[in-house]
Amino acid sequence: MKLKTVLMGAAAALAMAPAAMAERGSDGQLNLILWQAPSTMNPYLSGGTKEIIAGSLTLEPLAGYDAQGNIYPRLVTEIPTMENGGIPEDMTSVTWKLRDDIKWSDGSAFTAEDVVFTGEYCMHPEGGCSQLAKFEGVTSIEAIDPQTVKITFAAPRPDPFSAFVGSQSPILQKAQFENCIGSNAPTCTDQNFNPIGTGPFAVTEFLTNDTISLEANGEYRDPAKPAFATVLVKGGGDAAGAARSVLETGEFDYAWNTQLAPDVIEGMEAAGRGKVAAAFGSLVERLHVNLTDPSSSLPEGERSTLEHPHPFLSDPAVRKALSMAIDRELLVEIGYGPAGKPTCNYVPAPEAWASENTECLTQDIEGANALLEEAGWVMNGNGVREKDGVTLSITYQTSVNAVRQDFQALIKQWWSEIGVETELKTIDASVFFGSDAGSPDTLQKFYADIEMYADNFDGTNPAPYLAKHTCSKAPSPANQWQGENTSRFCNEEYDQMVADLEGIVDADERAAMGRKMNDMLTKDNNVIIPIVYRGTASAHSNTLGGVELNAWDSEIWNVADWTRIEE
Amino acid sequence: MLNFTIRRLLLAIPTLLFISLVIFLLLEASPGDPLGDVPLTVPPEVRERMRAALGLGEPWPVRYVLWLKQFFWVEPLYWFDQIFGTAYAADMQRIISFQSRSPVFDVIAQRVPQTLTVVGMSYVVGILIAIPIGILSAYKQYSWFDQIGTFVSMIGFSMPTFFTGVVLIIVFAVNLQWFPSVYDTTHEVTDWDSFLVQARQMVMPVTVLALYNAAQISRFMRSSMLDNLGQDYVRTARAKGLTERKVVLKHVLRNSLIPVVTVIALGLPAVFGGAIITEQVFKVNGLGQLLITAIHGSDIPMVLTLTFIFAILIVVFTLIADILYGVLDPRIRYD
Amino acid sequence: MTEPQRPETHPTDALKAAAGNAATPEGASPPVVPPAVPNVAEPEIVQTRSQWRDVWRQFRSHRGAMVALAIFVFIILFVSVGPLLWSIDPTYVDIRARNSGFSLAHPLGTDQLGRDLLARLMAGGQVSIAVGLTAMAIAIFLGSLVGVVSGYFRRLDAPLMRLTELFLALPLLPLLLLMVTLFREPLSQTFGSAFGIFLLIVSAIGATSWMQSARIVRGEVLGLKEREFILAARSIGTPSHRMIVRHILPNVLSPIMVAATLGIATAIITESALSFLGLGFPPDFPTWGRLLYDAVDQMVLYPQRVIFPGLMISLTVLCVNYIGDGLRDAMDPRIRGR
Repeated sequence: MKLKTVLMGAAAALAMAPAAMAERGSDGQLNLILWQAPSTMNPYLSGGTKEIIAGSLTLEPLAGYDAQGNIYPRLVTEIPTMENGGIPEDMTSVTWKLRDDIKWSDGSAFTAEDVVFTGEYCMHPEGGCSQLAKFEGVTSIEAIDPQTVKITFAAPRPDPFSAFVGSQSPILQKAQFENCIGSNAPTCTDQNFNPIGTGPFAVTEFLTNDTISLEANGEYRDPAKPAFATVLVKGGGDAAGAARSVLETGEFDYAWNTQLAPDVIEGMEAAGRGKVAAAFGSLVERLHVNLTDPSSSLPEGERSTLEHPHPFLSDPAVRKALSMAIDRELLVEIGYGPAGKPTCNYVPAPEAWASENTECLTQDIEGANALLEEAGWVMNGNGVREKDGVTLSITYQTSVNAVRQDFQALIKQWWSEIGVETELKTIDASVFFGSDAGSPDTLQKFYADIEMYADNFDGTNPAPYLAKHTCSKAPSPANQWQGENTSRFCNEEYDQMVADLEGIVDADERAAMGRKMNDMLTKDNNVIIPIVYRGTASAHSNTLGGVELNAWDSEIWNVADWTRIEE
Repeated sequence: MLNFTIRRLLLAIPTLLFISLVIFLLLEASPGDPLGDVPLTVPPEVRERMRAALGLGEPWPVRYVLWLKQFFWVEPLYWFDQIFGTAYAADMQRIISFQSRSPVFDVIAQRVPQTLTVVGMSYVVGILIAIPIGILSAYKQYSWFDQIGTFVSMIGFSMPTFFTGVVLIIVFAVNLQWFPSVYDTTHEVTDWDSFLVQARQMVMPVTVLALYNAAQISRFMRSSMLDNLGQDYVRTARAKGLTERKVVLKHVLRNSLIPVVTVIALGLPAVFGGAIITEQVFKVNGLGQLLITAIHGSDIPMVLTLTFIFAILIVVFTLIADILYGVLDPRIRYD
Repeated sequence: MTEPQRPETHPTDALKAAAGNAATPEGASPPVVPPAVPNVAEPEIVQTRSQWRDVWRQFRSHRGAMVALAIFVFIILFVSVGPLLWSIDPTYVDIRARNSGFSLAHPLGTDQLGRDLLARLMAGGQVSIAVGLTAMAIAIFLGSLVGVVSGYFRRLDAPLMRLTELFLALPLLPLLLLMVTLFREPLSQTFGSAFGIFLLIVSAIGATSWMQSARIVRGEVLGLKEREFILAARSIGTPSHRMIVRHILPNVLSPIMVAATLGIATAIITESALSFLGLGFPPDFPTWGRLLYDAVDQMVLYPQRVIFPGLMISLTVLCVNYIGDGLRDAMDPRIRGR
């Protein structure tokens, strides 16, 4: 897959080459369709992917990730390393050298003060900043001089690139947002909708959840870019409509998140106006196994808590059998096509962290049956296995989504072949992914035996993602059901590994430890049953050049380089 | 009748307050989280902070009273300021949407034109089609015209708009390329050409909705005409030697229109409510789309304000319908 | 996404038929004491029976209604007896046969997972028709009850109509989400998962769509109540309940029929919108609305997947409509015997 991404990148670079001579604004209008419409341009107030993408047209971070997941400088001269002195030996700080030729779209100069301000803005206790996690462990952000910013951490940081790296935490202009700090943040509608940025485009009109109009930023650092004079970002509709408007009618140049069945996409691509490409980050669709008893006969407050182990899913053989019965290749073929790959890993990327774990890729119904037989689960008259009066009867829940419902149907059938009876349940996504402690249907409450969803991690450091599965993070009434360890995996050895990982500095050692932890969650214990490594699919027109999908940063990270090309 | 109107208007105030409380409690109690859209990568502690920043830390009675104050006091003051250039509402907090963090009323004001042009137009077109069809198919009951009319309107009604809309797009936008599949909400009509563009982009959504509206109204028109055609006064009128045209169009139609007019009046609030599916299929982004995204995002201030305005319209139009009713049919007495 | 938020411009609140222009049983003759309306109790039984026979005789002469009835019976047989003859499990995934066209093994082809479309249409029809009829019945019952009571008893008019306004104003989607959250589990435990959810759905649809018929009926009753034959009946001391059952209800049947016909279609479609929102039946439970919805994206590639469920929905609604027309005519004494 890496090779493919590299090749795609190379191809895109080639296609771009002739266009590099173009001058700013010579290519007319760029039409983007984001069917889930952005509600604000300020990613600190929303945290949603759509807002981050919209914001990245205007706002820029100090450094970003390219399509391969490598960090590259945007507003700084170079990436700080130990060699260039940006990172000291003890790794408790990072020093960024800002470029001196950057101007805000209003013509004023971009300085270290803006960076310091943005840090204050997000870390203000009353601001409710959605990217606060990026600033975790930061003790101070100071401007050494107008071109130098030093971020100090409370403890050594093997990976110091979180704050101001990636489109989730771009730099805001101090002059514009000065009065918007803390509890004033939500009242600054004008600022949030029309932020002044350093990026290639500037907002001319923002209609929330509907349309954003932008024009080329006259102060952009490269005088030849962007090639497009104006951008229209249209929201609304659904994935199929968005894909159709790019692939079939050609009204739009680019459609974000066109997650559709592979044959539908193929049918649309046949019109010859554009194609769908996918970029792979760290998103994995998986099953979480509930290790605790969700039975409704338990009193409220004890359901799905560590107090009561699950009557049969606590048996490792059952979990393994459930995983063995799944044909991941087929699921990918039906649900995702080129935008998905079968996987057995919880952490599928970066490459160094991805474990050589391929055992589960071959479906083995017979093996699963034998395994259950051996563990003492015998078929009863109804074709369902039981032991000591406990039958293998599962409630399997997920959010409402056509592909997920197809997966549910297929997996239910496979499980029926190994003597497991399944009841399917679907929940509205806003309820399932919301963390309303009063609702029984959230993914954290997990009042079911198996649940399916997808998750990923920000940037390229999987450590916090692996650290979600410690005992103390199991959701329970004690933490208002806000824990992230949905499977309720509770293993001292794993908790120790999480603690140890924090202390490891060497990159290779960290990755090795990460792979071990990944294996522990997946193939050793099957508490998480990964199914599909998902890419983010987007459609773009054949007349659009320079598109290079990126799953590590804003998908349109290089929009400044996009051009209009002849077919 | 005046007494009746005044009494009803006075009664409307507590009714509306009660409705707003019920809606608020309903939104409070229903599951869903304003942060449901925030990626799972955002840790729970940060979510907690974000929730607090939305004001969700306060107990519900406080938030309800705050909303009442904002709706009935701050917003009118703000608009007063806007008109007269005063600054009474200068440092008061208007109703703010959770999703976009912008004043709810500004967003609603942005959306009203889209909804009124598309949904309103389709309602008008629907009525204009429905009434003649209803009259003709009742007058010639069980003729081929009636049969076809019934058939088409039933098909129109039983086909959901998520289906008819997509069919139209595939035929007219993809294959024939006559009309755009995406409605441009930023388009401004300045001259004849831009008017044509506007007309072109309205054709499909208006057709879909008009078909749906016409199907219903024509059914009611037909049934009302049928009821009247069999009445004694029709026989009397014919016996008097009036022309058939005069009998049907003057006597029967006037009486049959009474219920239909009230039906139409009561349907008007729904026009304001927008058409959720059609707006979505054609990306019109009117009030329907606003409401549904707000509901999905558990944007309580937005949903509450929108549904409350909707409630006001319902109460007002019900009253209008009742008054019309009494005016058109003197037999009905309210007091 | 979707319907349950205020259906596209309402099944319009049809404040139907002002005043008593509606069909009245007194026919053309003396308006004061209508002979068709028995004012004494003794001959009641005999008369009712012959009245229904009369209605049936009239109904049979309505060609459209008879054809519709035949088709409707056929549809009912198709969905109820059909599965016994065509015994493929509608949820059985035969992945090798996916996306197949018309063939002997799968007369209507299969879907993207290789599930047999014919079997799914039959199974889907059971659910859709059951939901459509039950939800419509609940809505019409509630609507007529509220409508008649508020139209007839002046004292109750204001509170009931304010209640109707409240229900009209309630945002449907949060209401449904709340109902599902509160009742899904208890209901599926008491009645089993499928029937529990069926109950939940029909009551949800019924409870949120009675307002139109309530307004229609109230409007009708308001006018009716001032008519001479009602005054006459009252003058001889007919008690309220008999007045409503014998004199009022038969006279508001015609608009109720219209509302009921439209109600079935709305219920079938609303059900599909509900499952789309995760509020409906579990995903392995096909319904017509859901089959139609799921296939919309694949419409170009596999048109049969939208055509068949769409056809079934329209056919059912058309049949109900014609049967309703026939019944309406048959119950109208002025037409009867003409």
